[in-house]
Amino acid sequence: MRNLTTLLFAAGLGFLLLVLAAGLPYGHPPMLVGQGILQQAPATTGAANIVTSVVLAYRGLDTLGELSILFAAAAGAGLVLGGHRRRRRPDPDGGFILIAGADLMFPLLLVVGLYVILHGHLTPGGGFQGGVILAAAFFLPLLGRPREALDHTAISWIEGLAGAAFIAIGLWALFARGDFLAPMLGKGVLGQLFSAGTLPLLYAAVGLKVGAELSGLLADLAATEARDP
Amino acid sequence: MTPPPIEFLLYGGALALVALGLAGLVMARHLFRSILALGILEAGANLLLVLAGYRAGGVAPILTPGTLGQPMVDPVPQALVLTAIVIGVGVQALALALALRVHQAYGTLDVAEVRGRMEADTDAAAGLEPETSRDLPAVERPS
Amino acid sequence: MYWMVLLVLFVTITAALAVLLAPNLLAAVAASSVVSLALSVLFVILRAPDVALTEAAVGAGLSGVILALALRRLGLWGLGDDNRPAPAEGSGDA
Repeated sequence: MRNLTTLLFAAGLGFLLLVLAAGLPYGHPPMLVGQGILQQAPATTGAANIVTSVVLAYRGLDTLGELSILFAAAAGAGLVLGGHRRRRRPDPDGGFILIAGADLMFPLLLVVGLYVILHGHLTPGGGFQGGVILAAAFFLPLLGRPREALDHTAISWIEGLAGAAFIAIGLWALFARGDFLAPMLGKGVLGQLFSAGTLPLLYAAVGLKVGAELSGLLADLAATEARDP
Repeated sequence: MTPPPIEFLLYGGALALVALGLAGLVMARHLFRSILALGILEAGANLLLVLAGYRAGGVAPILTPGTLGQPMVDPVPQALVLTAIVIGVGVQALALALALRVHQAYGTLDVAEVRGRMEADTDAAAGLEPETSRDLPAVERPS
Repeated sequence: MYWMVLLVLFVTITAALAVLLAPNLLAAVAASSVVSLALSVLFVILRAPDVALTEAAVGAGLSGVILALALRRLGLWGLGDDNRPAPAEGSGDA
């Protein structure tokens, strides 16, 4: 009975939303901001990927807030989960195929992650996506050899330094140009690796921070005693 | 019968995801499944946002020699959704950690049972009798 | 293009239904990864490659791993029927 009413509620809600959506435009975005950014972005930031310009230059402060939220969530999760670590019994080692496969994939994933981070201003991708790939690369060997724990001290150092670098670049721009995270350095030639000023540096900091945070979170979650199966 | 236009399909799909996520949130009896339903709701909202920035016949907002001068889709909603996805996974991890703590404390993740035992615990902490505290009017409760 | 959108939307909605209705929680986690993967295909069709890459890496990859690890830690990693989470009697017909 309760499920039936809930389904009815959901169906009614969906119908209501559909009626609202009938008035929404499709294919002709009414926003003017996007048009302005599309026209100005290449000259202002020098990045070929306009989404990167929006994320790091036009809304750079938002990205700093996003990094803080991600840090708070990862720290909270680590805090809640951390009490378990004392009486854990590590899992047994994985089989030969798992260990060899993890060893084979680790350098490949590392290269792909770094490529995605460093080309964030030219091609789709950037610090967040590449950081997730880096976290996966560092988590993979942990599946094969659960005994070799990740070095949490090194991870916190990388994370802290990367976050500090992001803020330092922003403050540098604040003092040199008068705006927090304003584009600095030369813009270079559109479409080349060394272009777009500080944007690749910012994305590298974001990538390292996200990668360190998430691999620490994954290691926290994986470090569990094997419950009775 | 002519097939419905493509925008109807896309908006319908996004709204169906939102409605399914909401229904799952309300209906779920298991805390883990309500976290999954939250993810579906979020996915529907993301799709809705990206749809709002789509321009018919536009190209992806990346400048290459082939795309110079052509109309592009709106990059601002895409940047928003990029942020939303990454924050979503952080929120999910935090929610899972809290759910793990609930499981540690009560040994179950059934929503009704967890709520009942939490109310019993707060009643006990407040010094109330477990059963009389709920149904009696406030004036007749033992203080 | 039209039929591709229709197919991907069908996959998305079916997987979302599976997330909510599958009796086994491990299957539900796998289905939620399928939702994210199908969604990333839709984002490519909508000319949002950045978002598609993020959704594929974060939604389909990382989020699935986090959910599966949490499931293992809850002791629910298995192929049985998880709709009756309480050891007590409960009509798990959700």
